[in-house]
Amino acid sequence: MSTDTAQRAHRRTRVNTLLLTAPLLAFIAVTFVAPIISMMTRGVYDPTVHDIMPETVAALRTWDRQGLPPEEVYAAAARELTIAREERTIGQLATRLNRQAAGLRSVITRTGRGLSRGADPPWSESLPAIHEGWAEREVWDTLLLTGDRLTGDYYLNALDLQRTVDGDIQRQPESRRVYVDLFIRTIGVSLTVTLLCLAIGYPLAGFIAHAPPRRGRLLLTLVLLPFWTSLLVRTTSWIVLLQQQGVVNDLLVWLGLVPDAERLTLVYNMTGTLVAMTHVLLPFMVLPLYSVMRGIPIVQMQAAASLGATWPRAFARVYLPQSMPGIGAGCLLVFILAIGYYITPALVGGQSGQLISNLIAYHIQTSLNWGLGAALGTILFIAVLLLFVVYDRVLGLDRMKLGA
Amino acid sequence: MNAIARSVPDPGRWALGAFSTVALLFLIAPILVVIPLSFNAEPYFTFTPGMLTLEPEAYSLRWYEQVLFSDEWQRAALNSLVIGLSATVLATTLGTLAAVGLSNPAMPWRRPITALLISPMIVPIIISAAGMFFFYSSVNLTQTYTGLILSHAALGAPFVVITVTAAMAGFNRELLQAAASLGAGPLRGFFKVQLPLISPGVISGALFAFAASLDEVVVVLFMGGIEQRTIPRQMWSGIREEISPAILAAATFLIVIAVLLLLVIEFLQTRSENRAGKPAKS
Repeated sequence: MSTDTAQRAHRRTRVNTLLLTAPLLAFIAVTFVAPIISMMTRGVYDPTVHDIMPETVAALRTWDRQGLPPEEVYAAAARELTIAREERTIGQLATRLNRQAAGLRSVITRTGRGLSRGADPPWSESLPAIHEGWAEREVWDTLLLTGDRLTGDYYLNALDLQRTVDGDIQRQPESRRVYVDLFIRTIGVSLTVTLLCLAIGYPLAGFIAHAPPRRGRLLLTLVLLPFWTSLLVRTTSWIVLLQQQGVVNDLLVWLGLVPDAERLTLVYNMTGTLVAMTHVLLPFMVLPLYSVMRGIPIVQMQAAASLGATWPRAFARVYLPQSMPGIGAGCLLVFILAIGYYITPALVGGQSGQLISNLIAYHIQTSLNWGLGAALGTILFIAVLLLFVVYDRVLGLDRMKLGA
Repeated sequence: MNAIARSVPDPGRWALGAFSTVALLFLIAPILVVIPLSFNAEPYFTFTPGMLTLEPEAYSLRWYEQVLFSDEWQRAALNSLVIGLSATVLATTLGTLAAVGLSNPAMPWRRPITALLISPMIVPIIISAAGMFFFYSSVNLTQTYTGLILSHAALGAPFVVITVTAAMAGFNRELLQAAASLGAGPLRGFFKVQLPLISPGVISGALFAFAASLDEVVVVLFMGGIEQRTIPRQMWSGIREEISPAILAAATFLIVIAVLLLLVIEFLQTRSENRAGKPAKS
């Protein structure tokens, strides 16, 4: 009897705790998880061609792919292009086809215009008369290729690959290979920033961790101040400091290290990105290092020294191994944050300092190639997710803390 | 006496101190340099000769006037406040409830649920913003206050979950049993006993969430219309388009806010270490 009541009570508490977390779970599911899923699907779902030219695509599927398609396919294309022009969806169609094969935009838009002026069957003659592109295979092959609602093209594009009409996958022409290099550059920049943060953060964290408590607390507050200051403020500061007529160049000229006529270009390029990102991410390196180092008994170093170890030897054998968890946590955290960095490169990076996230923003805001933006975003998302799985395995996500 | 230094030979000790001082300067100086420059009488971003010789005419409040009395900046401040406060209330309420649930030993699937709840803090902001842009535009919530408040609440909630969970770790559950034995129902026990004791964690979480919203620009950039321009959004266009020292004046305000937030958090953390109804150590 009593075990039964106990069990029932236990079950009730379990349900209660779930009920307490349910509102936030539901909230995050709708406001955050759904958006991420919608991004992932946007990269594989593009109904443009299928919805605007359904009959043409259906007719093309029955085509034997010998020579040019039969008259009925031309007729369907002429009919649906006329409708698309009236409904003003022809621009979307032209953009979608042009992404797959450069040059098709003008075929579509000129044909739309030509048809609106009036044209007569047989369409297999009048369409090529409006634009010679209709007498070639490319436009038909591309329509067939993009006719599915589901497409892997955006993901292929994000990896500098493309699909041929025969279904083979090959590399993009050299002039259109951008993204693999950009992913590599992003990883390179993130590694550089991580190493810079470690080089600066390790000694600093050690100094703070083993300072007398009161002074340590004060120094830690100084590390936390930039952490709390608006990212935009910190980025503005670096523009102010690093620009050609800025404080750093003024100082260098005044010291006579740099002639006035040859002021250094320190911002709106890769240098600016590296300096500003290191500054922004340094606290994320110092804090985990600090919390680990504080627990390392410094008397062990003295013991090693009294046993005759030189300082570097004592450091390498006694201190460094014990600080490894802090190095792991700090490096992983900084690397993960760096790889998805957007604001700082966008503002101080110029042309050469752009990273993958800047291209995602570009495709969403400027080029309006949402499918490609979504595909790039999903690849970055998966990369970050994998890194966090590593973080969780090695260090435990639930031990993540805020502040000191 | 610096303890690590004692084990390090003298020149090494000196070098470590010097290196750390330079590293701290690297962290702090760029932020502080903005403050005097915001009083520049000239529209430049560097110290004029007059400023260096401390001539009073070289300094002015013109950029502060420009920020304080311009419609654009006033509107941006109001937007930041409205969006930030609404998102904070939402995130703090939901986050505190969830953290109380998560801290109960009986909570099933704790690890995956925690991971899911703090994921908005972990996913790079560009990815969250892109996803939110796609999703919210499909339900017509882009360029609305509602859309921004919901997204900022999602981004702020993990901070509340983490700080409140930490505060709950120091909470003595026997106090709730004591309250129950004295006849208090679960709700009364929560509001009268538990909430006051974990309040430092709740308040720090709320401050983190508010600060996150106050500094957020990417989601606003993707989703906000002209109506919803916030302070960071205003600074963003200032930096990108017509860069003027007015931005430095706005930056100075934000630095002051940051210092205040930092001090309050430090105070709360010291306080929560001293209370939270920990079981008496004997």
